[in-house]
Amino acid sequence: MRKIKILLISFFLFFIPSISYSLIEVDISRGNLNPLPISVSPLFADKVSNSLLKNDIQIENLGLKIAEVVENNLRQTGLFNPLSRKAFLQKPDIAHLKPRFEDWALIKSQALITGKISYKNEKLKVEFRLWDVLAGREMLALAFTTVPNNWRRVGHIISDKIYERLTGEKGYFDTRIIYVAEEGPKTKRIKKLAIMDQDGFNTKYLTLGNELVLTPRFNPTNQMVTYLSYFKNLPRVYLLDIETGMQEVVGDFPGMTFAPRFSPDGKKIIMSFAKDGNSDIYTMDLENRIVERITNHPSIDTSPSFSPDGKFITFNSDRSGFQQIYIMKNDGKKVKRISFGKGLYGTPVWSPRGDLIAFTKLHKGKFYIGVMRVDGSGERLLTENYYQEAPSWSPNGRVLIFYRETKTDSEGKGFSAKLWSIDLTGYNERQVETLTDASDPSWSSLLSN
Amino acid sequence: MILNKIYKNAFLVILLSVLLSACATQKKASIGQMQGDVYTGTDTVEYLADGVADRVFFATNESILTTASRDTLRKQAAWMRKNSSVTVVLEGHADERGTREYNLALGERRANAAKDYLMTYGISSNRISVISYGKERPVDSGSNPLAWSKNRRSVTVKAN
Repeated sequence: MRKIKILLISFFLFFIPSISYSLIEVDISRGNLNPLPISVSPLFADKVSNSLLKNDIQIENLGLKIAEVVENNLRQTGLFNPLSRKAFLQKPDIAHLKPRFEDWALIKSQALITGKISYKNEKLKVEFRLWDVLAGREMLALAFTTVPNNWRRVGHIISDKIYERLTGEKGYFDTRIIYVAEEGPKTKRIKKLAIMDQDGFNTKYLTLGNELVLTPRFNPTNQMVTYLSYFKNLPRVYLLDIETGMQEVVGDFPGMTFAPRFSPDGKKIIMSFAKDGNSDIYTMDLENRIVERITNHPSIDTSPSFSPDGKFITFNSDRSGFQQIYIMKNDGKKVKRISFGKGLYGTPVWSPRGDLIAFTKLHKGKFYIGVMRVDGSGERLLTENYYQEAPSWSPNGRVLIFYRETKTDSEGKGFSAKLWSIDLTGYNERQVETLTDASDPSWSSLLSN
Repeated sequence: MILNKIYKNAFLVILLSVLLSACATQKKASIGQMQGDVYTGTDTVEYLADGVADRVFFATNESILTTASRDTLRKQAAWMRKNSSVTVVLEGHADERGTREYNLALGERRANAAKDYLMTYGISSNRISVISYGKERPVDSGSNPLAWSKNRRSVTVKAN
């Protein structure tokens, strides 16, 4: 799980002067019914590099593999329509030098990605360019060097750069998802912590499944995870260092601690502590171990989440008699209820942009994932299902990942739990592939910035 | 001909009434196991001792003990007083129709409602520990009101 640093040997951006023809732009603020036709030409590799790569990392045709990663990422956004390579008229090496724009326009491609890889002294050098086919100009050119085993991340970083250039917003491809992998019958579920790339590759298990584990969440640098473990049948919040595998209990509470998350500066963990039938919200400073009680109310207070500036906390409480969403200052003062719609509200999570809170809603036997502004106005339900909950934001605040469980049949069979994602627009709902059943997803921040 | 028609109608009526009564008995069976939405059946119940049921059930989102639950817990308390070396764990559970984190808190609240009641009947708190499993350990994997009612429970488990 070692985070390999990408060596940026050469990093050159050609910004086009602002006097522009109609350069292509993708609007991500609403559902996109006409995804942008884009061609991802396989990255060209010379013969020597190809055979060396095949020898060293046992991968043939790496240039094509990287192009496939990019293509898949772009397709998943719903904003782009990568065209079939079979239709391409120009060869990758020549296209990368100077595309014949008429050939790409002919297949109705509006944007083109070309590139080249070379392999020398165990370093993989990757360069790529983004072209505006109709305007006939280069929009972006970048090159970087890394170790060859990092090739999937190279594909993700290229995807992020292209997404950013075309939409004006940061991407979310060079990221990971931590989640709970599930197997076994519903009554005796075995659960393990698992981590994978955002596109479902490179799955690794972080626990063995000997004890129940729930609700893992990344710290801001993605090196630590806080989660709930039933180790020795004592449900407590734990801290796990992903690289070293070292684990420790968070604090010394005489009862169950749960629903943990990091503060945006990564210095504190906020969580619930349940004692004598009452759950309140606490924080613990990871450096000086000081524990602070944030709420003190005989109701259930749980699922706390900080605002990105750390000044406020949103949480879930049933102090009104039913589960609703509240916000308060980070010291617990000025508690204010913000959800007033029909039904029960849970799992509020503050968006990384700070302007929205995503939540789970239960109304008339259906579960919804929705968003509202931080003052509770503008409630918008994005998706309805038999059971779904626990949204987590992509780092750019454009996509939510959550989990969904199926209804069992009359014999209690047919249960499954899967990860799903949906755009903030309410469009582009899709299942996120995992090796096993999965729940409690949490999205990392961008691994490279 | 007319006779034939009468027979036919009579047959239909009989068929209909058989169907209806089948429906009625099925519905009755499920009503018979729930009062409001609290489970009152014995399908999943185990016994700590003769006549001492191990679990109590709750209404949706509730942790209030019903009359039947209080009765069960008084029997448990009497059994614990008789067996003074016994310690127990109260395992609180919720059904699958709630968010995971809230259900953990709800399970804890339910188990503590049972614990408080045992204590008022003379059982010392140091003989009782509490754990919540939220919705993680259902006894019935069904997705229907009866299955959920069986899963909303606090189970008293002998710990030693």
